Amino acid sequence: MTQSSPHAHRAGVSFEDRMATVDFRVAERAHIVVDTSVCLSCELRSCVHACPAALFVPTDDGGILFNYEQCFECGTCYQVCDAPGALSWTYPEGGHGVAFRQG
Amino acid sequence: MPPETNPVPAFDVVVVGAGPAGSAAALEAARAGLSVALLERGPYPGAKNVYGGVVYGRILDELVPGWWEHMPVQRWVTRRSTMLLTDSQALTVDFRTEDWGRPPYNGATAFRAELDGWLASLAEAAGAVLVPSTTVTGLLRDAAGRVTGVRTDRPGGDLTARIVIACDGVNSFLAKEAGLFAQVPGKQAEHTSLGVKETLALPRKVIEERFGLTGRHGQDIEVLGCTGDIPGGGFLYTNLESVSVGVVLSVVGLAASGERPEAVLAGLKEHPAIAPLLRGAELKEYSAHLIPEGGYDSMPELVTDGMLVAGDAAAMCLAAGIWLEGVNYALGAGMYAGRSAAVAIAAGDTSRAGLTGYRRMLEESFVLADHRRLRRVPGLVFSERVQQSYPGLLCDVAQGFFTVDNPRPKPGLRRLLSGAARRRGVRLRHLLSDAFTGTRSFG
Repeated sequence: MTQSSPHAHRAGVSFEDRMATVDFRVAERAHIVVDTSVCLSCELRSCVHACPAALFVPTDDGGILFNYEQCFECGTCYQVCDAPGALSWTYPEGGHGVAFRQG
Repeated sequence: MPPETNPVPAFDVVVVGAGPAGSAAALEAARAGLSVALLERGPYPGAKNVYGGVVYGRILDELVPGWWEHMPVQRWVTRRSTMLLTDSQALTVDFRTEDWGRPPYNGATAFRAELDGWLASLAEAAGAVLVPSTTVTGLLRDAAGRVTGVRTDRPGGDLTARIVIACDGVNSFLAKEAGLFAQVPGKQAEHTSLGVKETLALPRKVIEERFGLTGRHGQDIEVLGCTGDIPGGGFLYTNLESVSVGVVLSVVGLAASGERPEAVLAGLKEHPAIAPLLRGAELKEYSAHLIPEGGYDSMPELVTDGMLVAGDAAAMCLAAGIWLEGVNYALGAGMYAGRSAAVAIAAGDTSRAGLTGYRRMLEESFVLADHRRLRRVPGLVFSERVQQSYPGLLCDVAQGFFTVDNPRPKPGLRRLLSGAARRRGVRLRHLLSDAFTGTRSFG
């Protein structure tokens, strides 16, 4: 999904290679859920550029495509999102999600 | 349900989050003879944690005497620099001292996965039970609203306790659920920054040559003026065989900018003063984390009935320009939280009133004393002038001072300053008032 990101290749190393340096133990259940019907009426879309993992991708129909699998669990998206109900945010189930080796 | 009819809690203390605050709390509580569970949602302590890269040691003298014999250290910081950047200029104040390269050491670079693992192992050795891979999903409360434990995502995972110590990080859902942020003005985004970091591999020898270091000595560089229109700053720290380079960006500023965080970081890495230090380095890990940078005025209530809050969960990072610290405050607050829990349990009063010793211990220690003294600094550091104007102003003054253009006579400092101020749009009275705020805070 990150290959199709409009932001790939801007920082020297491709965004896919950048994300490949991080370990993720992907849970079956998505810990963040985006209600794309709310996103349709959002003009700011700060999540798209602010998410450090570039997990929010605008779609042609004006919605947002979101992938939880490579999430840093940082919380930036829910802090920049002003639309009530657009994002439901929790942490992944225990032992899953991002596992930084150095941090 | 009146408290006396509650069943006996499973643990005296449940600590949520095995970061520095949580492990320090668990360590002190276990040392006091309490039964302690230390819950961590990552598969190992540190898995979810990121920081700039430097930990300062003085609080460890009290918590872990002789810590430097055991702590997993990358390098001892003996060289500390502050760099002001414009697109084409850099003004650096560079300090080095051999004193910081020997016991009791001032600061060290360390990886969080190693540091947090070591701290948690100390708590375990003191008798705390570390429970990793367990996400806390909410608070247990009795009919009176008193916190009586936590709910976890394990089957049958309710865990009761006399006291819950919430060290669940910058997003602290537990402090929010307990209503402790109710009185904090503004949105959390206004008090929060996003840190993005790259760990870049370089051979040990190359690091020592480029940064002018020997043995285990290390350098810590803080940068101002490298984040364009977004309030924030940057850093570059040396590890043994890698360097950590990152930017810290105001969440509100980032949201308004349209910029991508790693693109801002790429800009810092390409600066002519930084690029030569990183040449040929290979990306080992990209990471990101939020930082509570609002300081004293953005802190939640620290105590409620049956619960204490410490570390990032209580916004205890200090982001005061060239003072960028956090782990030391987390360690101190965790230590006092553990002690306060022991006092309250011994006295048989774990209500808010019984736990007020925590606030008092923090007020009397560096944790809240520093934050109170520097409460105006986060606003100052994030101000438009400090962010946009002063780096350029000071770089211009330095450039004017060091430019030799005789036979024209050398301009005096005063003329250089007023010329630079005019060019950079700074009014003298603003400079004076900022200097006054800074002097009053740091002085």
